[in-house]
Amino acid sequence: MAGGTDLIVLLRVNPERVNSPELIVDIKEIPELNELSYSATGGLTLGAAVPCYKIYQNPEVAKAYPGLIDAASLIGGIQIQGRASIGGNLCNSTPSADSIPAMIAHNVMCKIAGPNGTREVAVENFCTGPSQNVLESNELLVSLHFPPSPDNFGARYIRFIPRNEMDIAVAGAGVSVVLDNGTLKSARVALASVAPTPLLVNKISEALAGQPANEATVQEAGKLAKEAASPITDMRGTVEYRKHLCDVLTRRALAAAITRAKGGTVDAD
Amino acid sequence: MPTKTHVQTRINGEDVDFLCEPRQSLLECLRDVVGLTGSKEGCNDGNCGACTVNHDGRIVDSCLVLGVEAEGKEILTIEGVASPEGLHPIQQAFLENAALQCGICTPGFIVASKALLEAEPNPSEQRIRLWLAGNLCRCTGYDKIVRAVMDAAGKM
Repeated sequence: MAGGTDLIVLLRVNPERVNSPELIVDIKEIPELNELSYSATGGLTLGAAVPCYKIYQNPEVAKAYPGLIDAASLIGGIQIQGRASIGGNLCNSTPSADSIPAMIAHNVMCKIAGPNGTREVAVENFCTGPSQNVLESNELLVSLHFPPSPDNFGARYIRFIPRNEMDIAVAGAGVSVVLDNGTLKSARVALASVAPTPLLVNKISEALAGQPANEATVQEAGKLAKEAASPITDMRGTVEYRKHLCDVLTRRALAAAITRAKGGTVDAD
Repeated sequence: MPTKTHVQTRINGEDVDFLCEPRQSLLECLRDVVGLTGSKEGCNDGNCGACTVNHDGRIVDSCLVLGVEAEGKEILTIEGVASPEGLHPIQQAFLENAALQCGICTPGFIVASKALLEAEPNPSEQRIRLWLAGNLCRCTGYDKIVRAVMDAAGKM
């Protein structure tokens, strides 16, 4: 248990979801799981138990990983952000998790420890289904490694919810871009709440590389996101509505990521 | 093997120790074991903020903290907000601005607002609304609460 903001609720209302554990280990005092270290050349190592507020309070990290900051600032309210960790958000593995598309956009690598040593898994391959992931029962997520952000890099995570805050994403989009003189050198788009797992849309990366960073390219990305999404209809939204949101959110997040890559600022939601 | 854990902590500036079950929440410990019933149980799942306490300098939902995690920590509950001389300026402002009706959410709002105003003495209305998004009130419509916090900010 790190922040426990999902686990403690599940133990109360749906213990089977977390395999009705006989023993719970508080990992918040383990040094490796609390690492928060950043260097321009080495990137960011974020321990699995680091709570959200420590991330957005760090100005260097905020500058280098704006998509992560977007997500960490909108998960729950201030009370939740004081406890909840990004590692926990990942291990809970819901399709709607706000931090996962942002981490996919940031090319994060997950470090997992088990009885046979450690292994690494790219964050887009971590979740395997709703509330399911690659962790074995004897394994532990140790840390998340964010590679150094290259020059002319920008990222953004946005979501749609019916309220202004404190809600679960109907859909969300995490985007990162690297610009080269007005051209997209690379782009990554990941979607929340529209597939059994957070969804990296490889087709957008392929289609956008080398394209001009203009309105037509942004429109194309939105169209591809809409096509890639395979949402379900539930109490939060219908299939049609969610697919439409993928188009809108991808376009907005991509435009904002381009603005950030050019050194500009974007309005808070 | 003992079924309960001995927890030594500080609550509202005083050393307190209590016995709790391993999975008892901090909220249950405060209310049922220590006898501090000011923190309220609303949703018991981290949505409503009625159980907000300050835990080592951060506001948290005490329903989402285990009692055993209080070991060695500094806890502030609503009972520790007023001083022997009188009400805290935030409490006074809640009264003067009629920022409560049924009162169940009020302890959480006051503990959360206190943490905000101590960190940011002059927050904007938007900042106050964002900070208090984790506290639900079903009576007031929030306007009077936000006005009370702004009023208190001028007096702290």
